[in-house]
Amino acid sequence: MAELKVVEGSYAVAHAVKACRPDVIAAYPITPQTHIAEDLSQLNADGELGNCEYITVESEFSALSTLIGASAAGARTYTSTASQGLALMHEVLFNASGMRLPIVMTVANRAMSAPLSIWNDQQDSIAQRDVGWIQLYAEDPQEAADMTPQAYKICEDRDVMTPAMICFDGFILTHVYEPVALLEEDLTDEFLLPFNPEHTLDPKNPETFGAFADPSIYTEFRYLQELGMREALKRIDSVAEEFEEIYGRYYGGLLDGYHLDDAEIVLVAMGSIIGTIKDVIDEVRRDGIKVGLLKIRSFRPFPLDAVRKALKNASIIVTLDKNISIGKYEGALCTETKAALYNTKLDKPVVGYMLGHGGRDIPKEIIKKIIDEAKKSMKDGITIESTYADLKEEFV
Amino acid sequence: MKLCIGGIVNPGTTLANLTGGWRSFKPEYHYEKCTKCGLCELLCPDSCITIGDEGYYETDYDYCKGCGICAHECPTSTIEMILEVK
Repeated sequence: MAELKVVEGSYAVAHAVKACRPDVIAAYPITPQTHIAEDLSQLNADGELGNCEYITVESEFSALSTLIGASAAGARTYTSTASQGLALMHEVLFNASGMRLPIVMTVANRAMSAPLSIWNDQQDSIAQRDVGWIQLYAEDPQEAADMTPQAYKICEDRDVMTPAMICFDGFILTHVYEPVALLEEDLTDEFLLPFNPEHTLDPKNPETFGAFADPSIYTEFRYLQELGMREALKRIDSVAEEFEEIYGRYYGGLLDGYHLDDAEIVLVAMGSIIGTIKDVIDEVRRDGIKVGLLKIRSFRPFPLDAVRKALKNASIIVTLDKNISIGKYEGALCTETKAALYNTKLDKPVVGYMLGHGGRDIPKEIIKKIIDEAKKSMKDGITIESTYADLKEEFV
Repeated sequence: MKLCIGGIVNPGTTLANLTGGWRSFKPEYHYEKCTKCGLCELLCPDSCITIGDEGYYETDYDYCKGCGICAHECPTSTIEMILEVK
């Protein structure tokens, strides 16, 4: 087993990026992603990134635009951002996925302004759901680090060729110090081969990337992106297994289950909240309450079949969202989970809870309260579609 | 024809796309005023003006979208934009 070192979550990720031997990094610091950019900059200044070009830019828009050029030229590229920075990248995100450039980006999830908040929720990445990027969510720093070479391996696959964002909760995971097995470079070299795309920008053999598509062919380019995502569905599972063979660590592929087999109440969630939920499940199971957890690792591509299979024995399903679609009064996982069950014979109640917005803590008591309410609903039927779990009524 | 992912194409493929069909106004030269200064060729955003016989400029109507920049910039008003009837 690899030696564990106590490091900050951001450093674990920066070190994992180094092990992947990137050719070009461009990043603009923003809380709570700053330490990743700083750590990589330090590694670069210390000569530990080999021939990597670390390009300092004036905005996130430029960071991703820079990587589009670099990736098209055949470079393995990396950036990271959060919140407003990710929002500023919005139109460039479409260009990266539309040109089928396998850029990997870590998103240190943070709430969106206004009102101004630097703290964690997942509104920033959820708002980028439809930009055509793979979206993976990590539970802890080790998983975020380990997802990095996995993401490169998945998205650089010639049948996938789709950029990926690895989302991990700002502060809760980026700034936590805990024991992490830093990725060994020799193992990473074995796991992840150099980037070798079929097409590159080359003056000797000029090509245009992301050319004009008139109405007669635009749809087909979008469909080709969908085919890339379908291939990613398969690769996310198989790459997780290949990772386990080499490093000995496994987190599930598209999703993971915790006490799912006999669970009557199934909680669906993603990100750092998973750890809290697992602890609560351990406690309430001692009282005989059959609760299980469905951890979504891949939000895009959304693992429709795997989610259906995982939920088929549940009596009631509860989603926990650190985001909200204002005007729908529910979070994205709630919407997606409900949609996954439609057009099937799985007629099961789904209740959505939104919580932990703008950095509000999610104590175990809230998860227990949600489980209690689900237990009651299982008996009496559901009375709500979706609600805030931690709204302070006295303020509104 | 199969599309290449990412909209990746070889050079010159836009030649197959005859964008002249977008035009509603068509530039016409009145060469008696033309001084052959070449501003129209220089400023055409579609590079569809070329030098023809005796050094006079000509429009390639397969690609001219009728933007009118040539007519607007011509110092001697040699070029006139005429509503195209199709």
